[in-house]
Amino acid sequence: MPLYHDDDQAMLAETASQFMAEEGAIAKQLRHWRDRDCKDGFGHGLWKQFAEMGFTGMLVSEDDGGLGMGSYEAGIVLEEIGRNLTPSPFLASSVLAATALKHADNNARERWLPGLVSGDHVYTVAIDEGAKHRPETIRTKAEKSGNGFKLTGQKDFVLHGASSDMLVVAARTSGSDDDVDGITLFAVPKDAANMSHDAVRLVDSSMATHTKFDGTELDGDAVIGEVDGGREILNAMLAAGRIGAAAEGVGVASGAMDMTVDYLKQRKQFGKLIGEFQALQHRAAHLYSEVEIARAVTMKAAQLLDGGSEKADLMISVAKAKVAKAAGLAVKEGVQMHGGIGMTDEYDIGLYMKRDRALQEFLGDMYYHAGRVAELSGY
Amino acid sequence: MSDHEAFRAEVREWLEANCPPEMRQPVKDEDDVYWGGRNATFKNDAQKAWFEACRDKGYTVAEWPEAYGGAGLTPAEGKILRQEMSRIGARPPLSSFGIWMLGPALLKFGTEGQKQKFLNEIARGEIRWCQGYSEPGSGSDLVSMQTFGEDKGDHWIVNGQKIWTSYADEADWIFCLVRTDKENKYQGITFMLFDMTSDGVSTKPIKLISGNSPFCETFMDDVKVPKSYGEDIPGYVGEINRGWDVAKYLLGHEREMISGAGGGDRTAAIGAAMKRMSGELDAVLRAELAMFDVDALAYSAMGEKFLDEMKAGKGHPAQPNMMKYVGTELNKTRHELMMAAGGSRALEWDSEETRGGKPARNWLRTKANSIEGGTSEVMLNVISKRILDLPGA
Ligand SMILES: Cc1cc2nc3c(=O)[nH]c(=O)nc-3n(C[C@H](O)[C@H](O)[C@H](O)COP(=O)(O)OP(=O)(O)OC[C@H]3O[C@@H](n4cnc5c(N)ncnc54)[C@H](O)[C@@H]3O)c2cc1C
Ligand SMILES: Cc1cc2nc3c(=O)[nH]c(=O)nc-3n(C[C@H](O)[C@H](O)[C@H](O)COP(=O)(O)OP(=O)(O)OC[C@H]3O[C@@H](n4cnc5c(N)ncnc54)[C@H](O)[C@@H]3O)c2cc1C
Repeated sequence: MPLYHDDDQAMLAETASQFMAEEGAIAKQLRHWRDRDCKDGFGHGLWKQFAEMGFTGMLVSEDDGGLGMGSYEAGIVLEEIGRNLTPSPFLASSVLAATALKHADNNARERWLPGLVSGDHVYTVAIDEGAKHRPETIRTKAEKSGNGFKLTGQKDFVLHGASSDMLVVAARTSGSDDDVDGITLFAVPKDAANMSHDAVRLVDSSMATHTKFDGTELDGDAVIGEVDGGREILNAMLAAGRIGAAAEGVGVASGAMDMTVDYLKQRKQFGKLIGEFQALQHRAAHLYSEVEIARAVTMKAAQLLDGGSEKADLMISVAKAKVAKAAGLAVKEGVQMHGGIGMTDEYDIGLYMKRDRALQEFLGDMYYHAGRVAELSGY
Repeated sequence: MSDHEAFRAEVREWLEANCPPEMRQPVKDEDDVYWGGRNATFKNDAQKAWFEACRDKGYTVAEWPEAYGGAGLTPAEGKILRQEMSRIGARPPLSSFGIWMLGPALLKFGTEGQKQKFLNEIARGEIRWCQGYSEPGSGSDLVSMQTFGEDKGDHWIVNGQKIWTSYADEADWIFCLVRTDKENKYQGITFMLFDMTSDGVSTKPIKLISGNSPFCETFMDDVKVPKSYGEDIPGYVGEINRGWDVAKYLLGHEREMISGAGGGDRTAAIGAAMKRMSGELDAVLRAELAMFDVDALAYSAMGEKFLDEMKAGKGHPAQPNMMKYVGTELNKTRHELMMAAGGSRALEWDSEETRGGKPARNWLRTKANSIEGGTSEVMLNVISKRILDLPGA
């Protein structure tokens, strides 16, 4: 497969780009909800529009009412989300939760998927249990209780956990904290008893929760996949989520870079456009190179994942780490090259820096993924 | 089975039958590279067999038309061949400035007669070419070059000096930039082709910091360059005085080649190999290797995207500059890390164990990557002007 969009993908890219630039624009969404201190951090109206565009169920199979597309196509939408800093539950619901639900039985799919596809519901996933992403260790426990389970523990960095209709929770049903086996995934409905959310606003104005399970009671049919056999589904979910986050990061990087390059062509100092100074030109050209490469490896990793290649896992970590490097550079250079105005709230460039910081942390930062690259390569 | 799958199967079978095991090992040093030319010798029978099999199949220049010595593969088939060759670690059967630089320029600007003659010679590895661009006063500012060709009707008399001419002392012919109009900076250069054994051409090797002498000063003293080598075979490419267009086009291909984008493992991940070589790695070195591997593996995806887009005519024409910039900076970093991982052993300049100081010599050689074919600074200039459209000073 060549590494560029085929005709259908190019059309999707154009549609997504137009939609996000108009409906998902910074002034219309991010700033709008932020300035109103919105408790969800995103607009449900826009989420409905996502559904009308067919985005919400992109990864859901056609049998389940979705479009049956792959991570490559989801990445196309996510890049535009990133470019416009569009707040939405797309990554958590349509990528992560949807990937988990692919592995659920008919009952669960019938229960949860229609709401996701129609845009009436939003879902999220609860994986992390600390300030850093360490899915190798899962301490949250689910114990048998009657014909169901009782959930105990705490999850952190649960994206818009308090506004979600359902959370996919990774818990331990057997073994010790660091075991590969013994993990089970549960679909936990928002009205489950003995679950509480401590909602916090993050630097990028999105909302996340520390979610506590204090003997949360679950039916037996909350199980996604097999009891004790959840690691594989968790890994599938992580793979889809990480490549998705990388794609969104490419958008953030491109958006910040484009803004900056535009500014270099407008701002005059010392009687010249600052874009004429070679000191800035070289840094801008270097930045361009990094962003292009980050995009290339993200496309490659998504193709490998969709093609079921065994190399996908390694390349996803390469992509996540490379995007973190490139996007980090893009926002830092962006603020710096804007001079004083880059430090102001009124100007958008700072918003890119904030979003990038949150995105970097989600599902493993550059250090985590570079470490994984070393491990998967055998050193 | 789709056509492509059938082609892949066919290629696999052919490679299995024709690529000797000795040719499925990484290139270790200059000796392992076959450059062709009048005075070429093969290092061993395997190198000879592999080259001849590829030549006969058109695989030295697989995507060139069959009439010019290629196999006429489509870009998609070319990609499959590259993938299959890299899968078994096959060495390039023939390395040549003719393939990487002059060939593409002739395909675009050459006459039919030039293509028939020169492209076939290049494909069959019969003539080894060198590149006469740089002059002592004209490096980055190449267009300021002064070597002059005086028009004598059916020929020119060329005088001047070139420098940094790679393998000038081993090359058979030179493609050479010569000023033919002193008044016009850009439109006064002719792209000439002539035999290095012509009267008045002499070379003098220059020793590099690596201790090797892969390039020369080239002197031209009243060299007679014919305007024609036969019917429809001009002694220059493109039009007289419009050689700069050809030169620039060729530089794009040169940069692509130096960037390593065309395949090969110049920038590949190295962490695992370094651990095998050095045992345990210091934590900080391991971290740096991991970060390097992230960059290198990401760059290899970029190389694939770059080639796919170029071949489909979708790429930005200035992108080779980006590939060259990043690829060469990465390659330098790679050798810095290899030296660090190699420790004191890597410092040995002429021991048997290091096969004559390969690690150190290779490390030093890579420093030229960001200079030859245009410096990194010049690449960044081109990216900012031609891709980002930043204003000129
Ligand atoms: C938090 C904060 C507090 C401040 N407090 C004060 C204060 O109390 N009083 C006051 O008077 N000012 C204050 N300033 C203003 C500050 O001094 C200016 O922001 C600063 O001098 C940069 O000018 P600028 O913002 O116009 O950026 P610009 O001059 O427009 O620069 C934009 C970008 O172009 C680059 N650039 C410009 N010229 C060149 C060149 N020749 N070569 C290479 N690159 C170039 C800059 O480095 C920068 O990256 C403050 C600024 C901030 C952010
Ligand atoms: C190993 C090797 C093989 C080579 N092979 C060949 C060959 O086969 N044929 C051939 O013709 N040439 C060859 N070259 C020459 C090569 O193309 C030149 O060395 C190169 O173009 C740089 O020119 P220069 O050495 O004159 O450096 P200069 O142009 O003098 O540059 C010196 C420094 O100034 C910087 N600089 C110059 N201009 C600018 C600018 N506008 N903005 C910012 N920085 C600038 C450069 O980046 C560099 O860092 C080879 C060189 C090497 C090292």
